[in-house]
Amino acid sequence: MTRPAVLVAAAVGLLLVLPAVLGSRALTIFVFIFFYAYLGQAWNLISGYGGQLSAGHAAFVGVGAYTTTLLAMHAGVSPWLGMFAGGALAAVLGAVVGFLGFRFGLRGFYFVLLTVAFAEVCRIAALNTDAVGGAIGLYIQFTGNPWQLHFPDNRGYYYVALAFMLAATGVAALVEKSRLGAYLAAIREDEDAAEALGVDTRRVKLVAIVLSAFLTGVGGAFYANYLFSIQPNAVFGILLSVEIILRPIVGGSGTLLGPILGSFILSPLAELSRSYFARSGLVGSHLVVYGLMLMAVVLFLPRGAYPPLARLLGLRRAT
Amino acid sequence: MDPVFVLQGLLNGLLFGGVYSLMAVGLSLIFGVMRVVNFAHGDMMVWGMYLAWLLAGRVGIDPYLGFVICAAALFVLGLLVQRSLVDRIVDAPHEMQILLLLGFGLVLENAALMAFGPDPQRVRSPLAAAAVWLGPVFLDVARLLTFGVAIGLTVALYLFLARTDVGKTVRAAADNGYGALVVGIDVRRVYAVAFGVGAACVGAAGALVAPILPFQPSSGLAASVTSFNIVIIGGMGSLLGAFVGGLLVAVAESLGAVFLAPSLKELVSFSVVILILLFRPTGLFGRRA
Repeated sequence: MTRPAVLVAAAVGLLLVLPAVLGSRALTIFVFIFFYAYLGQAWNLISGYGGQLSAGHAAFVGVGAYTTTLLAMHAGVSPWLGMFAGGALAAVLGAVVGFLGFRFGLRGFYFVLLTVAFAEVCRIAALNTDAVGGAIGLYIQFTGNPWQLHFPDNRGYYYVALAFMLAATGVAALVEKSRLGAYLAAIREDEDAAEALGVDTRRVKLVAIVLSAFLTGVGGAFYANYLFSIQPNAVFGILLSVEIILRPIVGGSGTLLGPILGSFILSPLAELSRSYFARSGLVGSHLVVYGLMLMAVVLFLPRGAYPPLARLLGLRRAT
Repeated sequence: MDPVFVLQGLLNGLLFGGVYSLMAVGLSLIFGVMRVVNFAHGDMMVWGMYLAWLLAGRVGIDPYLGFVICAAALFVLGLLVQRSLVDRIVDAPHEMQILLLLGFGLVLENAALMAFGPDPQRVRSPLAAAAVWLGPVFLDVARLLTFGVAIGLTVALYLFLARTDVGKTVRAAADNGYGALVVGIDVRRVYAVAFGVGAACVGAAGALVAPILPFQPSSGLAASVTSFNIVIIGGMGSLLGAFVGGLLVAVAESLGAVFLAPSLKELVSFSVVILILLFRPTGLFGRRA
């Protein structure tokens, strides 16, 4: 086996046996690590590899979460099946955003702000639609039934979240190696040059955003059934979009391990510092630290944490 | 629909538009010169608000005078931020620019939370209670004053850019940064001035809106997003666009609250933003990118 393959096998093996020794609180932190790494992988497809920054991915989480939950509540559809319906609807929304944005040639900040505007429209629409619970949102009854994506033991969520993360990483690895991945990288580096070389840039970007939106929408099903409540301001809000963006960028956007690494750095920090500083009574101080850390990443690791780490582990030749 | 009601909504919106314009002019100036979107814009504004609150509560300076101090303080903050942080990322990829300024915004917001607590505050100005009746509609004196000062500041900024030497170098750098460098303009200094002036605009806007609207540390995000919307509608980098866009968005939101449910008023501006992005991404007054 090659060196990277050994490292990956060892890491996955470790994560598989870890729940045997972890307490419930630590398991929760790992669930968040895996879940945000999953969302980061999905975001990375269009924004990291393709360079089309989206600051509205919460829209896809929200569409997935609402679709899955409404199907379960009104039609008794298991979230395991509903998540694909949620993903499909999110993919449709992704196709609309992508079609309009790319059709009209929006680039850079203009595309960023288009995605923000779409997510906000979704948020306000959900807030004002009584059929989906309005501002109160939807609450999910805990059943303890694994077929309903409910687990009495936190370990169940741990393994589901881990499987989500590994599956998304697998998809990203396939994309990275494929023609699509090469086209996306070409678009990120120089869109005009890619176009001149005959890449159908609009179609490539559309495929990437649809795939990204689908995966993110499927993640919404997990979100709903782990937290048992969905509110428009939480699932469609800018803050969730920002959380999705932060991890892959901190880890190294456009790299396979970046979203995972970023989530391992940020998710425990967010979780632990929240409880630590909340006890000491200094409300808000953990987010000051969080903000300072984000700034430090930009100033000292301008390409994210992955490239230096890869050099350290000998996964990549020093450049 | 009662026409008086509509007229009152129109007037309220227009008067509020002055503050929107001032916020957006600051954002647009920074973008126009540096091509950097200030994601900490609203959080800077919140500090302008709290500064006005402190000045009014502790020192007894009315916000309609205190806004000068707020603008000056935010100018210094903007200058420092540009010199120490933004200057290093002017040529960095977009995601890094966004990350840096989001991080800085988080620090500002939560520093305010630690210093002032989460409860909404309001600045008391003796003028805030007075109203004048103008036929069937009434004019809130505080809103009128806020509008007047905000418009005055925007005009002053325009004159600064149009008439003074420093202002001309700022416009030159916005037009063509490389060209400005070639003819001997200290572009780095221009960047610092532009970020400082942009921050001063939003600081003054914060002080001026503080007697009208209650605010809290988390108010910054909504203010940032509103500023983005206005700047897109008006045209990124266009000051005239930001000015007119501010008035338009304020009136549209106010009328949206009259004709639709108040909670739907934001839908109006976001829908306009999407249409503008698709059909005229350079905005109403922007030049071709």
